[in-house]
Amino acid sequence: MSLRAENLRVYYQTLRGDVKALDGATFDIADGEIMGVAGESGCGKTTLAHSLVRLTPPLRYIEGRVTLDGEELPIADMKRMDGFRFRKISIVPQYAMNAMNPTRKIGKMTGELLASKGADIRELMPELRRRLDLVELAHAVLDMYPIELSGGMKQRMVMVLSALLNPSLLIADEITSALDVSTQKAVAEMLVEFRDRQFVKSMMIITHDLSILYQVADTIMIMYAGQLAEKASTKTIIGSPRHPYTKLLISSLPQVGVKVADVRLKGIPGTPPQLLDPPAGCRFRDRCSVAFDKCLEVPPFIEVARDHMVACWKEPGADA
Amino acid sequence: MLKLEGVSKAYRVGTFGGKELHAVRDVTFDVGDGEVVSLIGESGSGKTTIGKMILKLVSITGGSVFFNGVDVSTLEGGALKEYYRTVQGVFQDPFSTYNPIFKADRIFAMVRDEFYPEVKTAEWASKVDASLRSVGLNPPDVLGKFPHQLSGGQLQRFLIARALLLDTQFLVADEIISMLDASRRIDVLNLLADLKSGGLSILFITHDLSLAYYISDRAVILYRGRVVEMGSTDKLYYNPQHPYTRMLMATVPRLDKKWEDVRVELRAQEVELGSGCCYYERCSPSLRRAGCALERPPLIEVDQDHLVACSPELHIGSG
Amino acid sequence: MKKRKRSEFLFFAFRNNKLRVGLSIVLFFLVVAVVGPFLTDNEPLEYANPGGAEPPSAEYWFGTTSFGQDVFSQFAYGLRATFLVGALGGGIATLLGVVIGFSAGYRGGLVDEALNMLTNIVLVIPTLAVLLIISAYLEVRGIVMESVFIGCTAWPWAARAIRAQTFSLRSRDFVDLAKLSGKRSWKIIFTEIAPNMMSYLLLVFILQFGGATLNAATLDFIGLGPTTGISLGLMMNYAVLWGALLLDIWWWFVPPGLAITAIVGALYVTNVGLDEVFNPKLREM
Repeated sequence: MSLRAENLRVYYQTLRGDVKALDGATFDIADGEIMGVAGESGCGKTTLAHSLVRLTPPLRYIEGRVTLDGEELPIADMKRMDGFRFRKISIVPQYAMNAMNPTRKIGKMTGELLASKGADIRELMPELRRRLDLVELAHAVLDMYPIELSGGMKQRMVMVLSALLNPSLLIADEITSALDVSTQKAVAEMLVEFRDRQFVKSMMIITHDLSILYQVADTIMIMYAGQLAEKASTKTIIGSPRHPYTKLLISSLPQVGVKVADVRLKGIPGTPPQLLDPPAGCRFRDRCSVAFDKCLEVPPFIEVARDHMVACWKEPGADA
Repeated sequence: MLKLEGVSKAYRVGTFGGKELHAVRDVTFDVGDGEVVSLIGESGSGKTTIGKMILKLVSITGGSVFFNGVDVSTLEGGALKEYYRTVQGVFQDPFSTYNPIFKADRIFAMVRDEFYPEVKTAEWASKVDASLRSVGLNPPDVLGKFPHQLSGGQLQRFLIARALLLDTQFLVADEIISMLDASRRIDVLNLLADLKSGGLSILFITHDLSLAYYISDRAVILYRGRVVEMGSTDKLYYNPQHPYTRMLMATVPRLDKKWEDVRVELRAQEVELGSGCCYYERCSPSLRRAGCALERPPLIEVDQDHLVACSPELHIGSG
Repeated sequence: MKKRKRSEFLFFAFRNNKLRVGLSIVLFFLVVAVVGPFLTDNEPLEYANPGGAEPPSAEYWFGTTSFGQDVFSQFAYGLRATFLVGALGGGIATLLGVVIGFSAGYRGGLVDEALNMLTNIVLVIPTLAVLLIISAYLEVRGIVMESVFIGCTAWPWAARAIRAQTFSLRSRDFVDLAKLSGKRSWKIIFTEIAPNMMSYLLLVFILQFGGATLNAATLDFIGLGPTTGISLGLMMNYAVLWGALLLDIWWWFVPPGLAITAIVGALYVTNVGLDEVFNPKLREM
């Protein structure tokens, strides 16, 4: 098992109380697995990403256990996590391309970053160069300032940096959202290359765009309002989903080949609950067409078929 | 209804405005009555600039925009206000379109103050009510609230309702659903389709090919400010001719098939456009022809309602 | 729901220490300025005490000057003058900054260029030199003149800041929406852009008030102030002129000096506090 999370609960502190942004996440990511995490705004996917790597206020750790390669990740302890960040677990954050210091040459920034993690850029230079070739960046970028690079180039650079020390798990948080369609494909495929060449063991790709996940992810985990809804192989999620939310979500996505004159797609009526004081039980209850009284209790996230987890009382075996 | 002829937009940049940046170059297309035309392009394609020029929020530096035969650049003052009675726009970021310190309904009050000052309060209230219901909103739920208390989808619908309060015949929809959640997008899209059947013409600006396919009759593909291909949506999607369109179709992520193993030339830092074809730098060498670097290829008709701006030699006959 | 926003604002306003402390100090002096003159029978420049300089006593709360003038009386009337200059000078400066800043920021283009040039010129004028020349020609100078002068020379930084804010606001989508609703430019500035900047404009005024007060005290102190009346700066001027420092007549210059420092300091602290209230990101959680 590469990553295992057990009952992870992380809340978001605000003046009006705690926002239950991530409320009980239990899942596994196997070695070599690229898991996509999808969901709409407020589902908790970014909270999940940050909890695993950098749990700082206003995020507050409530409970839960995370183990990476058998070793416990001290996510609640920022200082101890220092030893894990970049080396064992790494993240390419959202808007990473704007996160580079505009007054520093990229090479210098890389050197400083590596030095802070106890690595020497000179030793790593040959490997760094190889990786730059892989993502089709000229070696000369190391001598450039961030402003001289395009958005796609900066994204690729940050990807290289995040994976340079060969972390066990790489988390990519919405890295394709701000890119053009052609660059999206290149970046997504590069992520897969990273895994194929074993720069990283496994990956978590967080995005709201299911079609990208369909292209590159092995498994997809759907989140809703801070809870896990379903996790299965990509083919299953897209082709034969079981959770009511997943079903409705998939069927509301326009595709090339579908015209409004022929097929009237439907959205999901209603809005996600606000998480300051979320409804009891299954949070999709209010918008679900098959909800019944048992749904007032939180459904367990259990395996209903091989490698297919669903959190729904309608599933046989959920009552057990 | 709307006709663009050779429309261009050049910005002066650099110290003392020495250099010129061409956001839009020589764009020609039209939108008929009750038609939805998609303006498809990635970042830097000039699509938003075209939308703003049509709405007269940005000046037109070349060519003309005709609305029902009238040259839009001649409109000023009172005539411009009348123009806004029939042509309106909705933008991408719902939270930026509302002045954050005022309530959301203020946008209706603004329309009333400027366009319907004589209408009585009760009559206006029922007009607003009807408008909200026609976009699928429940008036008691959304009136009297601040923008941050409403969702993105509600705010966008609010804006459409506002446009319907006027006698809007033409709507410029600039990426209006890209900031909405996936499950809410389709509702707004369906709303646009309903309005279209009611006779509204829409210029649907987007970068998302599947959305464009869902809702539009015709499409215009833009690259770096120029039209590279245009025509009926079906012909464009199932028989793309221009290398850029083909690249787009091959790289858009779909849910029904995996990406083809197509080599995609990535965009390096922007190269200045010369006099030749705008796509020259990224075009595959096997497709390039002698004239491509020197002369802009004209829009040629390869099929009925299907035009491509590419070397004629490559398109003898269609398919 | 507007109630909630306003009460949220007031909630923070009253909890903010800097705001409370700063505002209290300013209000205290304001009360003294308003009420003080009624508490004393003596005119500020009247030679009330034949005994000359005397330390504070029951009869003369702040003592008397070398000429037997009631220091408390001078202090109270002087405070009035100081507040007046602050308000008037600060007000003029703010007004000029607003008009020029909004115009330059909203119109852009040539108007912006021209106003920028004007701003830069006024910014680099050596105000002290100009004032010296003016005072050489004007035999009698009053408080109003002083306020006008300060107001007309202190506006450039405000104009710059407001211009920058206007620039960033005018390209926001809601301005486009206002245009699409048929609103005219000036109406857009007043009804869309300015309200968004209300908090900022308030901060500008407070800073201008403080700056004008300090400016006036400085000018008065070096003798370029009004030729009639009394103000805190003038008090200090006379005190130093007549050797109060050497003769240890501390009650002549300490009250005005302390008052100026306290008022201006309190205004700046209030400014910081207000900024925290308006900008949620600066608040301490």
